[in-house]
Formats: sequence, structure tokens, C-alpha cells
Amino acid sequence: MEIAKIKNAKGDRVFSFIVYLYLAIILVIVLYPIIFILSSSFSAKDAVTAGEVVLFPVGFSLEGYKAVFDEPAFLHAFMRSVGYTVVGTLINVVITILAAYPLARKDLKGRGLFMLLFAFTMFFQGGLIPTYLVVKGVGLLNSPWALWLPVALSIWNMIITRTYFQTTIPHDLLEAAQMDGCNDYTFLWKIVLPLSGPIIAVISLFYAVEHWNQYFNALLYLNKPDLYPLQLVLREILVRSQMSTDYMGETADAAKMLGLAELLKYCLIVVSTLPMMIVYPFVQRFFVKGVMIGALKG
Amino acid sequence: MLRGWQLYTLLLLPLAYLIVFRYFPLYGAQIAFKNYNLIKGISGSEWVGLKYFNQFFHSYEFWRIMGNTLGLSLYHLIVSFPFPIILALSLNYVANARFKNLVQMVTYAPHFISVVVMVGIIMQFLSPKTGPIGGLLGLLGVDAQLPNLMGEPSAFKSIYVWSDIWQHTGFSCIIYLAALSGIDPALHEAAVMDGASKLKRMRHIDFPGILPMAMILLILETGRVFDLGFEKVLLLQNPLNLRSSEIIDTYVYNMGLKSMIPNFSYASAIGLFKNVLAFILIMTVNRISKKAGQSSLW
Repeated sequence: MEIAKIKNAKGDRVFSFIVYLYLAIILVIVLYPIIFILSSSFSAKDAVTAGEVVLFPVGFSLEGYKAVFDEPAFLHAFMRSVGYTVVGTLINVVITILAAYPLARKDLKGRGLFMLLFAFTMFFQGGLIPTYLVVKGVGLLNSPWALWLPVALSIWNMIITRTYFQTTIPHDLLEAAQMDGCNDYTFLWKIVLPLSGPIIAVISLFYAVEHWNQYFNALLYLNKPDLYPLQLVLREILVRSQMSTDYMGETADAAKMLGLAELLKYCLIVVSTLPMMIVYPFVQRFFVKGVMIGALKG
Repeated sequence: MLRGWQLYTLLLLPLAYLIVFRYFPLYGAQIAFKNYNLIKGISGSEWVGLKYFNQFFHSYEFWRIMGNTLGLSLYHLIVSFPFPIILALSLNYVANARFKNLVQMVTYAPHFISVVVMVGIIMQFLSPKTGPIGGLLGLLGVDAQLPNLMGEPSAFKSIYVWSDIWQHTGFSCIIYLAALSGIDPALHEAAVMDGASKLKRMRHIDFPGILPMAMILLILETGRVFDLGFEKVLLLQNPLNLRSSEIIDTYVYNMGLKSMIPNFSYASAIGLFKNVLAFILIMTVNRISKKAGQSSLW
């Protein structure tokens, strides 16, 4: 900032020093666990099991990664999760726009009532068990649809999309289009959507992260290991320390895996988080934007 | 004119979703007052009034579970609340754009780690055998026998709260950065003219500038004290720390779906009890927040 440069009294220098020091400490605190995980994943298995890694890799090796990539079960779970995320996000975005656009239109009769109907479910839900019974009742257990339909719409995302439509699509545009005989479908498809790139990016990312990171619905609704998303497989291995042949396949040599167990955990953490970490710097601004639109409303 | 009906047809799919996956569970929540029988179904099972509510209120676990839920929630709320504010205020005084970007980039990143992987990281990190803490202490010349913190009921709440702070502080500060960028630069210019130091400007311009936002967030968070990170608690839970890690949501899951003899009605009653409490709370604080919002235009 320009103003900051004008005055550079001694007090301000101390102040700046404290600010930088504080942020540097924060940086170290946030980075250290990440570096530790990375270093461990590149260490020799005995060093990891003995707890010798503190900062840098001990006895550099790629054994863990080799084991991860040699194991088709992980790759399959990974690909399944990609599929669940892509299809789920697509459903989300379509339903969100279908709800948000009419509710953004001031000339929709009964708009207040519809909004209430949607918003109410944000604050009051039937609960875990009744929801489970519905999912079971409509026959979605052990089907990927159980991961998509019960969470097909996030009311919050619908509200920020609606806010976006209301603030960026001028009413004159609609009137002009209607003069030219444009109906609501064509208006939404040909005019609103092309103008809504940013908000579609924002909600797609919100939804995609949600799907990718989700494990609980899969735990509830799926009990066939060949349907498990990556997060559920990770839960078995990272949290419950269980490596069953269900996930490891017949090829896994149990004894060999046992020695690798700890090392493997670190490698799995890295491999499963890496895609997100690679993509995130490029899409960070969309997340920030989403938070801003939300704040506008809130 | 055929204009009106088209908007309604757009709403059909979202409404169908709303009815099936949001309102059916509300209807199904009546099993809390019934002796739910799989064969008889929801409407066929006989009414038992408040039997299951009373059973929960009089259960020896009631106070422990309520205490855990509120204790964890309030601990989290109070301790984690100031961190994003301090981070945003500090970032605001970093003149070096590259350093600022670096700090933002690094501190936002953990937000995108999935809850399963996050719990995996916590467990690896705190492991007395393979974790880095023993090694770090070793560097300082301390050779201590480390306790197994994951099995320590007294450590559970701190593990939950501080790992959450590690993961989400960066991302939560976005909203405060937005509020800070909305402060009129003329205020700062005038203050500099009057010879105000940076510390004084932070204290008298920036801090009051983001206070309304902070108050609103605090009030809203207070309204959500029953909405804990249920998925994370469930993952961190193990038989050793169950005494302090059992919260309402995990209890509902353990009673209703995980138990060998699942009791849907009992679990639903507890879930409904929580939802009603949460609903009353959020409505109350919403009202307060509205009033505060009007009077907070200082």
C-alpha cells in the first residue's frame, strides 16, 4: 500500500516486524505437518516404522509409491471417485440452476412461498434415520444414485446462485428478449447461462469438493466394496488400519504389506490429496468469489 | 401469454427433490413417537408418545452426551473464533505482495484436505511410535515416554479443536479480508495525516471496520452449536476416547444404524430432539442478529 510507505516511524517498523514474524510462525506451523507427511512418504519403510523421520526423508526410497501404484484397487477406487464426483456435480449444477433461476425472477407468483419451502429445510431436517429410511425406501441402497440424489441440491449454493442472477442479469434484458418473442426456456439457455460462467464455476467447485471428500453417505448407503469411493477405502486404511483383501486384491502379499503399512499410509495421504492441491491454486479465486457472494447475501 | 407456466416447469425437478429427500424425512420423523416396525412401516406402527424421549432423558448417558456436544462446540467456537480475524488483520499490513500471496496460498490449502485424510494425518502425527513429536523432543534432548493421545479421553476435545484451527483458519479469514478491503482508504489517509501509527490504525480503523462482520458470524455460529463436524468426530472416535467423544450425532448413528440391534425409533427421537433444539436456537439468534444488524451501523 502507498500510504503505508509514507510514514515509517520506529513504532511502525516494530509493528511490521511483529506482523511478519507472526505470519512466518503461522507459515511454519501450517507447513510443518505437510512437510513431515511428504518426507515420510519418501523415506525407507524401516525408518518410518521406527519413527526416525522428523523433517527430511530418512533413507530416501520410492517403495511406498511403487506399492500404491502397483495396487489396482487404489486406482479403481480413485477412478470411481472421479466418476462419482463428475456425475454428482453435473446433477447438482443442473438442479441448482433450475431452482435458482425461477426464484430469482421477481415476477414469479408465489416466489416467497417457494423460497420458504426451500429455506426451511436448511434449518430443520428430519434427521439421519428418517433420511436413511427414505433412501432405503426408494431403493437406492447399494447404488451410486444414493451418493447423488440425496444431496442433489445444496440450498446455500442455490441461494448464492440466485443472488448472482438477481444482481447480474438486468431486468431490461429480459424485457427486450420478451419483446423479440423469446420465451423463458430460451432466455435461460441462450442469455442467462452464457452470462453465468463465474457462478457456475463457483458452485461446480463447491459441489465437486463436497463429492470428492464425502465418505459418510457412502458408509451409510453402500456396503459393497466394489462400489466404495476412494475416501471410504482411505478410511479403512488410514483410520481403521485395516487392509482387507477386499481393497487390496488377491495380489497383495500380506506380510510384505504389513512391513509397508505405515509408509503406505503416508503415500496414500499424498497421492489422494495431490490432485486437489495441484488444481486449487488455479481455482482459488473462484472459492474466494463464492465466499464473497455468500457474504453479500448473509 | 404462456410466460408464467414455463418458470414453474423449471421448478418441477428441484421441487421433486425437495419433497422426496427433504420433506419425506420430516414426515418420517414421526417414528420418534412410534414403535417403529419394519414390516408395519411408518404409518402402520403404533404410537408410543414420548416414550423414547423419556428413555433418552433418563438414560445415564444423557448428561454426558449433552455435555460432550456443548462442551466440544463451545470450546471450538470460542478458541477458533479469533484466529481468522488476527490472520486477516496481519495480512492486511503486509506490503510485500509475494509474501502475502504465499501466506494466503499456504494457509488456505489445508481447507481442501478431506476429512478422512485429515483424521489420517492427525493419527499419524500423534502416533507415539511413528509420529514426529518424539523425534522433535529428541532434538531438544528430551527423551520422554509419549502418551497415546488418541486413546486419551481428556485430549479428545483439544485434538478436534486445534486440528480444525490448523485446517480452516486460512480459509475462514477470506471473509474478513473482504470486509477489510471494503474499508474506505480515506480513513487511513486521514489517520496517517494525523500521525497515527500502524498499530493505532489497526486498532481504531480496521478492527472496528470488521467488527460488525465478526459479530454477525459469531452470532450465527452460536446458533449452530449443535452442528458439529459430525463426520470428523465419528472418524476420531475410538473405544478408548468414547467417554468424551460421544456427541448427539454420533450417538444417533451408533444407536440407530451401527448397533447390532438398531433401534430406529429411539435414535430418531434423539435426532429430532436435537433438531428441535437447534431450530429454536437458530431462530432466536437470527432474531438477535437482525436487531444487532440494525444497531450495528456505528
